[in-house]
Amino acid sequence: MKRLPILLLLLWLCSVFYVGIFLFVGGFLLVRLEVNRTSSCADVLPPGTSGNRDFCLKEPRFRRAVILIVDALKADFARYDPRNTLPRPFENKLPVLDEMASSRPSHARLYTFRADPPTTTMQRIKGFTTGSLPTFIDVGNNFASSAILEDNLVRQLGQAGKRVVFMGDDTWVSLFPGGFHRSLPFPSFNVKDLHTVDNGILQNIFPILEGNDWDVLIAHFLGVDHCGHRFGPDHPAMAEKLTQMDGVFRSVIQRLQNDTLLVVLGDHGMTDTGDHGGESQKETDAALFLYSSSGLLLAPSSQVEPEVVPQTDLVPTLALLLGVPIPYSSMGQVLLPLFPLNTTLGVPLALSQEEALWINVKQVNRFLETYSNMATDIPADSLWHLRAHFSQLSSQYLSSVHTGTPLPPALVVSMQEYLSSVRETCRASWARFNPVKMACGLLVLCGACAVCYVLSELSSVVLRAGVLKPAVLGGLAAGLAVAAVRLFALGSAEASWGLGAAALGSELLFLWRTWRACPRGRLSPRGLLTAPLLLLLLRCASLLSDSYIISEGRVVTFLLFTLGVYVPVCLNWDGFLVPAPPADAQKPPGLHSPTVPPSTVRRESTFLLVCLSVLVSCLYLSLSFHNCREEQGSCQPSAFLMPLSRLQDSRVRNVHYVLSLVALSAWAFLLHHWLRHYGNLNGSGVARFSARCLLPLASVCMGLHWAVSAAPEDSFRNLAELIGLARVVMPRVSFGLLGLGLLLLWLDPLMVYLKSRGPPSSGGPMPPPRYRASTGISPQAELHHLVPQLYQRIRQSLEDGSALGAESDGRPAVEAYGLGTVYSAPLVLLCGLLGLMLLLLHPEGMALAFLMLLLQATALLHLHASTCTLSSLQSHSSGFSVPWTPVVLWSLAASQFFHATGHLPTFPSIQWGAAFVGFPQGHAGTVLPASLVTLNTFTSHILFAVACPLLLFWPLVCEVRRTRSGRSVAGEDGDDVAMEMKLRENPQQFSSALLQLAVRYLLVSGAQVLASVCAAAFLRRHLMVWKVFAPKLMFEASAFVVSSVFLLFGIALVLRVDVAVACLFHRLLPENSR
Amino acid sequence: MWDVEIRGMTSAHAIIAASIFMATVIPVVLVDNFSVYGTHLVWLYSVACSVAVVNIAVFWLLGISPPTKKNTLNYKLSRLIRSCVYFVLSCLFFHAVVVLYGAPLIESALETFSLAVLLSTLTTLRCLCILGPNVQAWIRVFSRDGWVAMSVWDTSLQITSSCSIVGAWFGAFPIPLDWDRPWQVWPISCSLGATGGFLTGLLAAPLWIRWHRKQLTYKLK
Ligand SMILES: [Zn+2]
Ligand SMILES: [Zn+2]
Repeated sequence: MKRLPILLLLLWLCSVFYVGIFLFVGGFLLVRLEVNRTSSCADVLPPGTSGNRDFCLKEPRFRRAVILIVDALKADFARYDPRNTLPRPFENKLPVLDEMASSRPSHARLYTFRADPPTTTMQRIKGFTTGSLPTFIDVGNNFASSAILEDNLVRQLGQAGKRVVFMGDDTWVSLFPGGFHRSLPFPSFNVKDLHTVDNGILQNIFPILEGNDWDVLIAHFLGVDHCGHRFGPDHPAMAEKLTQMDGVFRSVIQRLQNDTLLVVLGDHGMTDTGDHGGESQKETDAALFLYSSSGLLLAPSSQVEPEVVPQTDLVPTLALLLGVPIPYSSMGQVLLPLFPLNTTLGVPLALSQEEALWINVKQVNRFLETYSNMATDIPADSLWHLRAHFSQLSSQYLSSVHTGTPLPPALVVSMQEYLSSVRETCRASWARFNPVKMACGLLVLCGACAVCYVLSELSSVVLRAGVLKPAVLGGLAAGLAVAAVRLFALGSAEASWGLGAAALGSELLFLWRTWRACPRGRLSPRGLLTAPLLLLLLRCASLLSDSYIISEGRVVTFLLFTLGVYVPVCLNWDGFLVPAPPADAQKPPGLHSPTVPPSTVRRESTFLLVCLSVLVSCLYLSLSFHNCREEQGSCQPSAFLMPLSRLQDSRVRNVHYVLSLVALSAWAFLLHHWLRHYGNLNGSGVARFSARCLLPLASVCMGLHWAVSAAPEDSFRNLAELIGLARVVMPRVSFGLLGLGLLLLWLDPLMVYLKSRGPPSSGGPMPPPRYRASTGISPQAELHHLVPQLYQRIRQSLEDGSALGAESDGRPAVEAYGLGTVYSAPLVLLCGLLGLMLLLLHPEGMALAFLMLLLQATALLHLHASTCTLSSLQSHSSGFSVPWTPVVLWSLAASQFFHATGHLPTFPSIQWGAAFVGFPQGHAGTVLPASLVTLNTFTSHILFAVACPLLLFWPLVCEVRRTRSGRSVAGEDGDDVAMEMKLRENPQQFSSALLQLAVRYLLVSGAQVLASVCAAAFLRRHLMVWKVFAPKLMFEASAFVVSSVFLLFGIALVLRVDVAVACLFHRLLPENSR
Repeated sequence: MWDVEIRGMTSAHAIIAASIFMATVIPVVLVDNFSVYGTHLVWLYSVACSVAVVNIAVFWLLGISPPTKKNTLNYKLSRLIRSCVYFVLSCLFFHAVVVLYGAPLIESALETFSLAVLLSTLTTLRCLCILGPNVQAWIRVFSRDGWVAMSVWDTSLQITSSCSIVGAWFGAFPIPLDWDRPWQVWPISCSLGATGGFLTGLLAAPLWIRWHRKQLTYKLK
């Protein structure tokens, strides 16, 4: 058996997949750290000059502000061209903006307002309130909720005592919980609804404007955006909507008072089809309109006006105009024309241009210093340049302040340059997709899937030919070469390019060498056109549609059901399901082997149908454990997802508790029963100890833990301390027991008991042992289940060696209990222990779902075993190769139970409670809670991946049943039932079948990752990309990583058992007869 | 001989297809506000009834049904009753399968059952007509070896039944999509899919048999 080559091949394959995922994700997902610091009026910004405070020094220009956000107000919509006589529906529909800007240029300004990608509403709201560049993942401590914890304008306004009134899109309320003096949110979810939000605002805005209970009024209109999504911009509905907005602006302007600033802005634009999310100019260019009836622009109009205002610039401008500190992470620059020049001090107390700019520069510098201390994603050399620029600026500024000379205009320009270059540097590392990296990752993943397919078809050839070493070496060489070239050409080497080149190179070399080594005609694309692979294709296609991802749980169940039904239909099509009719004269002879008795076939097919019905009922029942996405309107999350402690009704609580206990004990009992049935619990040994003692003990602990954690807080006041203690101790004890069990299982995985019968050696040097793998429970059972011989090589050698001392009663002298399931028993036990550990991390009610999982996995295994039996009974096939159907079923079941254990591919649905099982006080580090949550999230992937080798063993395990029935009819001697010992007899076939199985499983999971990657890459502009596709990609990729790791773990356990079995035989067999 | 059989089957199929067409058109005249989406169940039952009637009539007239050994009235009556029971059982079976596939269990049970009736009409009823109430024979027809000794009608049965079921299966695909079209309402897309699949099967069966007639070795009657 080739243990090392198998492991190495799988390791290489997994790492190629990881490189592909890493490359793609690195180019697609933009990550940024959140800085959780807040600016305040008392801050002294470095370089502090004589301890002066910097913010809130002078009188604010405006006391109040009205901020009207029109979602997706594209720059084109706001322009007005009087010469255009035939305007399209979205042109010339907002004349008020242009009218104001041209007739009262010192009171109104219209700019193009450029957003940063991703141009989705949530990211944009974050952007123009925090002043930073939000990415898809802003790594902070608010992963679970969507609330903005970074310093932002709303918080600063609140701290300064301003009453912020909000109305419109309800996203704001979840982003700023408790941040508003008053809020009137309206549902934003339904994209088809053009009017609810807008009409809601219009009913309320004017009374509030005329009243006096506000300082800052924010209104977010959604109609234009929804109209774009529904009809596109070029539609009469858009004209209607824009005209309505025009009316709104007019009425608001009429009601403005002198101390009020009006800001009208669009958060992003839209493409010609009305979508947004990407980085094209149509999506990023929105409109910004500023107006004040008391006069806006104090600077002479001769000063250069900015053409385009970046979206980040709004935050510092508004903050300084309203007299609040600039939010900590803001990196915009103030809009200079809105501040008076030093020379024209019309308003003596207001900030001058230079002062505002200097405060701005110092604030951005402070943020840059803080951020670069926390994270390393800003390149060091550009950071160095920025620092040098800043120190030069500050020395110039301070010296000119000291001497009292007016600032040179060049210094103002230099300060502006500094701010732009900071912004550009951060933008480069946060806000840009890297299409080359994405393409490269996609390519590597495609190659990995191709390698998987080739390897699964040619596993034996590859194992024989030793293709791996040159491929890996060649790949490494390619990677190093690319890295070196980049190092010399560009002066910097990024690890990802070298990795990508290495992965691609080794894939290509592998494919090429396999193709050379492969015998002609072994590999044909027709092999891809089988029903299970077509179904896999459907599954992958479903990942390209947001509707299917939203109802993914049901889709997967549907596909599983279909494939399950396909099994007997296909068997019947091949004529294996029903006993062959008595050979008629018309039948050409030789179609069937006539020896198969119809009763055997009938029993086996009945068994298969029973398994199918168990599978189907598990599938159906598992639907009741699903959680709900927010997109699914009328959906109720499963009642079992609620932790017991949160159930109010004590009767319901008790029922749930009893149900969970029943499921838990059924889980433990089934495992125990199976192991006992196959004789793996006889004798004493380390692994048996964990099966017989640790498993039940851990279950009892879990039951107690559930009871304790379900106890209502107030009913046992005097026992509170004890309960608190039990809450910590119980789960830790169960973890400890299960962990100990896993460790023992790894140390000594053999669950075989050798029993000597008869007296010790009387004559020869060794007693002539004959072994049998027995399931012996009771004498009767032993008669039925005798698996007398295990290993023909031993037997032959023993008989050759000394046939003299054969015992008189004809029974072997040494019986080996549990030898028939020597590979599968440790694996089953491992799954049992692991399953309990994972169950502990779930809400109690999920015990039922876990029981379903166990039953369904068993049904799948038996379905596979029966299929194998039925088809091998009538057409003799050799080899242990596992066909595609069970592998695809197995992998789909992993996805199905991901949903059926209450998980969803969305971030808010992660079960954070798992991190606190056994640690109610919280954690010090982050590694332990993160791994607990990961284990909880990918429970089903873990279990199915670890148990994957069982697919190979199960047909052999089920041999007993077949032979018993076969023997009773044919009167055969059952001696040739070797069960899993067959695998040891054919180490070559065993190796290639194991490799093939693992690779097929990897391919099925990898194809789903590839599909999610394609969805994310091709649908970058989709409305749902950040809501559906990107989270799905993250979950699918993490699920692949976790399941491949655990698949390797399962395979490694099998190989470990193989080593142990080899040692056992080594010990048993006399030297000469081996 | 061959051509006669194929021609006979083709014309029978044409009659059945025409009956489906008529079942869609005639209610427009008779029933107020009739539309395939709006009054879907009316359409469904009209199609089911017409297919059932035409099938029974065609196979009765052509005498396809397996020859009965005993010709007594009693025997015929028991066959008839058994057939009815099988039909009802198959409706229940399809209902259960559709529910297991994810149809709502309690609400819109009538719609689900109607779909089951349609599917039974398109598959089981034809089995009953061609093979009689004999489940063993039904199972055997759907195996590769079932080809060997059977008639043209068995091949046609195979193709039309699997096409109807696959059609209904594909009909479930558009339901989760968020297009808000009238035909995405349960069970319209499925019954349309089943009917479409059935029509395709009716068309495909003669073509397929003609194409493969060299390989097919039916036992001549
Ligand atoms: Zn928006
Ligand atoms: Zn939008």
